[in-house]
Amino acid sequence: MGRSYGDSCLNADGPVLLTRALRRFIAFDADSGVLRSEAGTSLGEVTELVLRRGWLPPVLPGTQFVTLGGAVANDIHGKNHHRAGCFGRHVRALGLRRSDGSVSTLHPGDPLFEATVAGLGLTGLITWVEIQLERVPSGWVEAEGIRFRSLEEVEALDDASRDTHSHTVAWIDGLARGRSLGRGVYFRGNLAEGPATPPARPAPRSLGFEAPELLLSPFLLRTFNALYDHLPRWRSRTSVWKFFHPLDALGSWNRLYGRRGFFQHQSVVPDMEGIRALLALTSTRGQGAFLSVLKRFGPLSSPGMLSFPRPGWTLALDLPNRGEETLACLDEMDAVVRTYGGAIYPAKDARMSAETFRLGYPQLDAFATFIDPAFRSRFWSRVMG
Amino acid sequence: MSAPRRVLLLGATSGIAQAVARVYAAAGARLALVARSREHLATVAADLVVRGAEVVLQRTADLCELERHRTLLAEAEQALDGLDVVLVAQGALPEQQACQEDPRRAVASWDVNFASAATLMEAAAERMVVAGHGTIGVLSSVAGERGRGANYVYGAAKAALTAYAGGLGQRLRGTGVTVLTIKPGPVDTPMVAGRAINPRLLADVDVVGRRIHRALERGERVLYVPGKWRWIMAVIRALPIRLFERLRL
Repeated sequence: MGRSYGDSCLNADGPVLLTRALRRFIAFDADSGVLRSEAGTSLGEVTELVLRRGWLPPVLPGTQFVTLGGAVANDIHGKNHHRAGCFGRHVRALGLRRSDGSVSTLHPGDPLFEATVAGLGLTGLITWVEIQLERVPSGWVEAEGIRFRSLEEVEALDDASRDTHSHTVAWIDGLARGRSLGRGVYFRGNLAEGPATPPARPAPRSLGFEAPELLLSPFLLRTFNALYDHLPRWRSRTSVWKFFHPLDALGSWNRLYGRRGFFQHQSVVPDMEGIRALLALTSTRGQGAFLSVLKRFGPLSSPGMLSFPRPGWTLALDLPNRGEETLACLDEMDAVVRTYGGAIYPAKDARMSAETFRLGYPQLDAFATFIDPAFRSRFWSRVMG
Repeated sequence: MSAPRRVLLLGATSGIAQAVARVYAAAGARLALVARSREHLATVAADLVVRGAEVVLQRTADLCELERHRTLLAEAEQALDGLDVVLVAQGALPEQQACQEDPRRAVASWDVNFASAATLMEAAAERMVVAGHGTIGVLSSVAGERGRGANYVYGAAKAALTAYAGGLGQRLRGTGVTVLTIKPGPVDTPMVAGRAINPRLLADVDVVGRRIHRALERGERVLYVPGKWRWIMAVIRALPIRLFERLRL
């Protein structure tokens, strides 16, 4: 859909395959919750179709504007990773077309399946995907937001919530310094009983222009984050659209960053020490993050050779692009991630080094044997070059 | 709940026809689809079933075979137990230069874009007048508003189609049958894939499909979609010819 953060969907001097014309549903069994659809169908379109029959995609990311093929190729995760694992675990089969003309149906356990899940689109063109949906009582979530003042507090909150809540995530104030470093809001929720009529899919509103740089001044960023920080503890029944896809409330929120854009840095590290080090680094560098998201991955294994989710804490930060100083800060963050034995998420990356990539993905060489020789991406040329 | 709508889509695998069909399917309509490719038709039909269509009938036909039109209409009316809406959506964007050089290609494109569409409307009108109600929608184009050097083979067919649909609508006044002339601007569909069109000008096909559905259901007569094209084309039509010739539109 052209919304990827990094360059894994770009091709420096070659053509790019757009898949949005592949968006027809193929089959849906409302009794068993098995859905097969062409790979360009968006998760929002799937949700809209299946919710009124009491189903939901098993894994939903922060935005509904993600295709099924993209969900597979990046083996995406959601707020329920500690319960459901990543997207690839729920894929029953997929169709793959390779440049040698072959068309195959792949299943979990096939080596080519394990390369294609989280395979960054490099093993061929994913043409359709069959997933097992999750049964839900309604389109409503019993949601709770709880303010916390430190990383110790959020870890304790998560310990107390992971058995009682299917969906958990934390927003961190990336601009807080000193004693307030690590403050934020913890969100948790469960799918709940609600009105039989599902909530309507909201029409996205567009910002319609690129924000002036002024909007990104540290003062305004701090005010924005402080607003979230000072919300009192609250509890409410929220529609799945609002709960799962907060980024979509504003149609083109990325434009908030103006013409120079931003980098996202998403990493996973085994424990909270690594998160603390990352936040300490960004706060001292003054590379304020507009939105920082923290989530604990559970122990469920990921099927893809290059899957990003693994047990530990994942932190995603948006850094406004201020040129060299931002890139330098990102390199320092990578070094922290390497020190703590973590990994960077290729789906969000536009600049990590070959070495950082290799350290985070031990199955890299095995994966490379499955790449379709006619496929490449800017990301791949960059890290494997 | 009102009774399901009975809709016949001709050229049903066209991008815009599919988008309109998706809206009808989600509302539980009974659909009959006609297109050339059996395989393509089957994938479209499966999608519409999943989306909630009560019935989806498929028929393969080359709509340029004019003698089949009456049979197609009669079969659809019988199979759907009546007809509320007929959407005439077949079309092809010919290569202007190739048509200039080869008259057979030009005429072949007029057969698809004008002749077959006009005679299908006539066949639909014949049955709907007997039933005393119905809506005929036809996909014309803003390209038919004024001939442009880059695209006048296509534009001429669409201009003829617009004239035909307007005349048919006037003739049918009082019969309970209305005609909707649909004039899309450039839309992001396979028809324009690979053509040199500024992607910012391309409208989202689902937005267009929803708008066409609403116009069909409301009995509108002329639809520019997206709506801005009504005003853009009014200006372009009003340009003095010597100025128009100088512009690279």
